[in-house]
Amino acid sequence: MTTANPNALSSAPPEVVSAGPVAWMRKNLFSDWFNSLLTVIIAAVLGFGGYRLLTWALSEAQWAVIPNNMGLFMSGTYPSELYWRVWVLLGIMCTLAGLSWGIIARNLSRLFSPAVLTGVAVVCVFFIAFPPTRPSSAILLPMVAIVTIMAWVGRELGRRFKGLGRGISLLWFISYLAALWLVGGGLGFEPVSTNDWGGLVLTLLAAVSGIALCFPLGLLMALGRRSALPLVRWLATAYIEIVRGVPLVAFLFMGQVMIPLFLPEGARPDRVLRAIIALALFSAAYLAENVRAGLQAVPRGQREAAASMGLNTPLTLTLIVLPQALKIAIPAIVGQFISLFQDTTLLAIVGLAELLGIGRSVLANPTYLGRYAEVYLFLGVIYWIFCYAMSLGSRKLEEKLNTDR
Amino acid sequence: MTQFQTDVAPVDQAGGEPVIIAKDVEKWYDNGFHVLKGVSLTVYRGEVVVVMGPSGSGKSTFIRTFNALEPYQKGSIEVDGIKLSHDLKNIEAIRREVGMVFQQFNLFPHLTVLQNVTLAPIWVRRWPKAKAQEVAMQLLERVGILEQAHKFPGQLSGGQQQRVAIARSLAMQPKAMLFDEPTSALDPEMVREVLDVMRTLASEGMTMVCVTHEVGFAREVADRVVLMDGGVLVEENTPDAFFNNPQEDRTKKFLSQIL
Repeated sequence: MTTANPNALSSAPPEVVSAGPVAWMRKNLFSDWFNSLLTVIIAAVLGFGGYRLLTWALSEAQWAVIPNNMGLFMSGTYPSELYWRVWVLLGIMCTLAGLSWGIIARNLSRLFSPAVLTGVAVVCVFFIAFPPTRPSSAILLPMVAIVTIMAWVGRELGRRFKGLGRGISLLWFISYLAALWLVGGGLGFEPVSTNDWGGLVLTLLAAVSGIALCFPLGLLMALGRRSALPLVRWLATAYIEIVRGVPLVAFLFMGQVMIPLFLPEGARPDRVLRAIIALALFSAAYLAENVRAGLQAVPRGQREAAASMGLNTPLTLTLIVLPQALKIAIPAIVGQFISLFQDTTLLAIVGLAELLGIGRSVLANPTYLGRYAEVYLFLGVIYWIFCYAMSLGSRKLEEKLNTDR
Repeated sequence: MTQFQTDVAPVDQAGGEPVIIAKDVEKWYDNGFHVLKGVSLTVYRGEVVVVMGPSGSGKSTFIRTFNALEPYQKGSIEVDGIKLSHDLKNIEAIRREVGMVFQQFNLFPHLTVLQNVTLAPIWVRRWPKAKAQEVAMQLLERVGILEQAHKFPGQLSGGQQQRVAIARSLAMQPKAMLFDEPTSALDPEMVREVLDVMRTLASEGMTMVCVTHEVGFAREVADRVVLMDGGVLVEENTPDAFFNNPQEDRTKKFLSQIL
């Protein structure tokens, strides 16, 4: 078969490739008649599907719906005269992303490997060939430049000064506060009502806020569930089991409808905040169970060794047990974060214009009637990029924290 | 021999005051099993006491009551003049003064060897980091792990890990050391390196209580050998008398099984 699965080929370890692709294919794809049959069937299905997708994307699809509404997808009904604030925010993100990349990769001999250069070039070509909207393509290219330059700066700084990792974490935290200030206004900036927040900006703010809130909450619930004090243990267990028994949609509606009932008129938190709180409270229950699994996986001997040296319970917990428990729970915790990110799509149901909600309002526009496939495919790719980035980050973190080798 | 303890002068082994006094200690497990049926033992300063006995005899449980890793229901325990009670302050005070080495090493896998050794001095003794590291490096050199100071426990052999665990306990400059089957989880060829460290420690006058099956070590190093069986202290004797002329039938039976 000449059209044999290209993915399978490229993922082969190098020493096998050196033995020749034909030998590799014979060993892995055509080892006996049954495997050969499977290979042929799967290749045919994949080939046909890929061919159909490609012909649709190149000839039938009408992609104009994407660039024409790029502003909406990215920031919803945010006032266009204040777009510069979103751009400044993107600039800050690009600066920090570049710096972090450079600092993390400071010990690599080549920062800009051929693969990385190719990636940068592809992004640049994409921005030039398919300008999302005219004025923004002139800003997007400099953003790519910022990332690459800052990566170099980060590497040079990282090589000269030790312990910059902690500093960059702090900067990310500050940038989150800066993002809320830039997007929401106040403190000298013209305020923008959360009703006008939307699109990817809202999705990201909701996801990051939800994660930032649900992590400490989940941690406390997990510790509470293992507490020696019965009352704390019962309360934590009750919370976790009740929340896990309620669907998120119901939870979000309760947040929208019920929280205002308990608060006096005028003291109502706004809709976005209510939705984020509901999302965080919901995820915290699941996160608590993930952390609890990690806590239970730390052998009893670890606590005993710490105790036998006179460490008190809080010190044992923070210095010995939690670092190991969280490390064990990283895959599950990141999985929960990814879920939370995807669950932000449910904000559309309670009437918030996050990325999916914007997608639906774009599709409601008669000009773009029936452009479902184009819009949902585009949204899917955006969600995939962020989720895959989180998953990649979690794997890197696991490698970095692996102390067995 | 090199000195393990930096500020404690070696003590005359013959005439020491008691460091650990356990009187009529009784313990029941949660399921009702009567694991300790009134065990008494006094350990004097500079003494090495080896506790032997078949598995399930309660010997590990007994020495783990000394630093309150196991609670007990009746009797009394006093360590270095501090009465062991339910007061957390007392318990932590005793734990600061008594080191413990475990069968499974229990090193902290997420910390380097050096961090393992300096952790308690820094956080419990409140030593400055530099002092803690200096003491740690001396101890690591003496147990022969200096080159591995910046590795993680998972990168060391079992014998090396147990020597680090001993150094970690010594870093707190304890008044006494408890060894809970320190060589039982080791491959045979690594038992010696750990016993050698323990021998050196004993020769410097460290007060030690060792639960172990190492007869050679007991014969050579112990001041007293104790046999426990069924939650009772059966015989307490000098090593010479214990191995060559035991008084109790159960000791004879036990020795016939292990020798």
